[in-house]
Amino acid sequence: MQKKTFRRGIHPLHSAHEGKTSTRNLEIRDYVSDTVIISMAMNIGAPAKPVVKKGDQVLVGQVIGEAQGFMSVPVHASVSGEVLAVEQIPSLGAGPQMAVTIKNDFADNWVELHPLGSVEHVDPAKVIPAIQAAGITGMGGASFPTHVKLTFGNGKTCDTIIVNGAECETHLTADYRLMLENSTRIVDGLRAVMRALNVNNGVIAIEDNKMEAVAAMQKAVQGREGVRVQVMRTKYPQGGEKQLIEAITGRQVPSGGLPIDVHAVVLNVGTCAAIADAVIDGKPLISRITTVTGAVRKPANLRLRIGTITEDIIGECGGYAETPGKIFFGGAMTGMCLPNDQMPIFKSTNGIVVFNEKESKSKDESPCIHCGRCVAACPIGLNPYQIKVAADKSDFEAAKKLHVMDCILCGSCAYMCPSRRWLTPSFKFAKDHIAAEAKAKQAAAKGGEQK
Amino acid sequence: MTILYAGLLLGALGIIFGGVLTFASKKFHVEVDERVGKVRECLGGANCGACGYPGCDGFAAAVVKGEAPINGCAPAGEKGVKAIAAIMGQEVATSEKMVARVLCQGENGIAKERYAYDGYQSCATAAGLAGGPKDCRFACLGLGDCMDKCAFGAISMKDGIAHVDPEKCTACGACVKACPRSVLKLLPLSSNVIVRCRNSDVARVARAVCMDACIGCGRCKKECQYEAITVEGGFARINPDKCTRCGACAAVCPCKCITID
Repeated sequence: MQKKTFRRGIHPLHSAHEGKTSTRNLEIRDYVSDTVIISMAMNIGAPAKPVVKKGDQVLVGQVIGEAQGFMSVPVHASVSGEVLAVEQIPSLGAGPQMAVTIKNDFADNWVELHPLGSVEHVDPAKVIPAIQAAGITGMGGASFPTHVKLTFGNGKTCDTIIVNGAECETHLTADYRLMLENSTRIVDGLRAVMRALNVNNGVIAIEDNKMEAVAAMQKAVQGREGVRVQVMRTKYPQGGEKQLIEAITGRQVPSGGLPIDVHAVVLNVGTCAAIADAVIDGKPLISRITTVTGAVRKPANLRLRIGTITEDIIGECGGYAETPGKIFFGGAMTGMCLPNDQMPIFKSTNGIVVFNEKESKSKDESPCIHCGRCVAACPIGLNPYQIKVAADKSDFEAAKKLHVMDCILCGSCAYMCPSRRWLTPSFKFAKDHIAAEAKAKQAAAKGGEQK
Repeated sequence: MTILYAGLLLGALGIIFGGVLTFASKKFHVEVDERVGKVRECLGGANCGACGYPGCDGFAAAVVKGEAPINGCAPAGEKGVKAIAAIMGQEVATSEKMVARVLCQGENGIAKERYAYDGYQSCATAAGLAGGPKDCRFACLGLGDCMDKCAFGAISMKDGIAHVDPEKCTACGACVKACPRSVLKLLPLSSNVIVRCRNSDVARVARAVCMDACIGCGRCKKECQYEAITVEGGFARINPDKCTRCGACAAVCPCKCITID
């Protein structure tokens, strides 16, 4: 079979098997902790509103946070037990967030579930509301509400659904293990979405460093209508939405556009499995698979309840092997750094990577030597070295003209830079600033209308 | 001989072009109000944009047209405004000189550190990462977004917080806009008794994150004979119009967050 890929890109940790060796052969284990802290702001868009109070008894799968509007999903209790607190905790972003702390009684009493039945016979109109009710967000890292992705306006059509099993991030093996151990569920989820959107072309994309997963998925798609497995060349960021679409369909998502503009929808394998759980069993999203690796004694692939505290997870993995320097949610390329190990995991936490003190030391920048390696690496085709100059001068108009808003913050340019320039952080700085400015402008325009 | 030809040719060309330029400058002369140039000279000259016009030239033209107020340029200062008033033949009520004040004393070691930040050196970016590297959500982050924006070199960073030099500060307000935490505020230069904290959390939380936090205890309010102090939203504020700069509040403050410059 011909292997497909996108233009440019990089090979991070290529000589070390992308840092995946320590966990790729470990089976997924279950781990349930004593206490969970479930954040109400786990999706992009409006955070959920807590509907339980201190002292309440909750069941597994019970709604504890109600969705606020369309761009929001409900939050469910991931364990049964008593609500210890409903309070604000620090978030990974700017402000605090609401969170519900539940003490686990280990009884695992579930709420009454309403399964919709087999994916091949379910009423297609019921699938997308079920996805929202189950609180499913993109589980590859971006946590975009899945039902929003699957609902598009008039005139837009979808002809391809791509399941993202590329897992191009370094260190992570959660999706790989899921594809090996739960391949049928992924295909079920894909079929449910295909029937809901009336699409006949489903592609499961897997990088060629995971041939065992390719074999498992190929076995699972046998006899299923319109589904095929596509082997991709191992390259970062193969699992980027825009990169996958370019590689598989040959279409480029326009600047500022969405995948649906080129008639494609991309879903993570974890999201597909969660959709299957929601449709077949009626179960909401209460657990996810997370790779714990790096400077821990026993790296593992764990099935964790949403809201499990990082410290407990590290304890389950034998504790720190060395003094930790940095802890990330996600892989080393795009992960978010944690302020401390008291942070609970979110629906989008696909990995916890611990760096020791030596690894986490940032290196000083040197001047740009205009070698152009960043340009050769950028999967979008931007000029990172020019954008960096504009962003560092806070010249956001110039950065905008250089299309900084199309940057996907993959970090390929910074990885390749021989001068170790901090390219990606300055792009994030510029993007955040431009987005905040646009938001302020929008709010001002709205205020003007009301007057 | 060749050098002579070249010299003659260039000389002739110079005379011809000179003639053309002289003709063009007379023919296409645009009437410019001479006051624009004069007003321009009185301004701060930093093109800071605080007035809302495109640079100092834009503001000068707007003043002469009567669109902009003559005291619209903060960097020009009192002297500049008076000079502009003289040029424009207007009277201007002298306003008090303002200065940007840093309402935080959370130096390294005083404000509790949440995590060691060694990322991109910008307050806005640091503030967006798990609520910032200092535990106090109102603290000055000390990475210098205001310093970068200051066109007059009035701001310096010391021990993890910003310091404003009142001599150099022209109250243009660029730093106030740049600060993601709203730590800077424009206050009259003469009002030198300042509450250097804006932490609106309850006392227990505020004290836990910073040794110098205002806990809103209200002792300063009781001590003040001129009713210049209000305690609202968890921290004290001083009304510069009522304050007589007696300093009685600073003497009783248990947290040492009222300072006299």
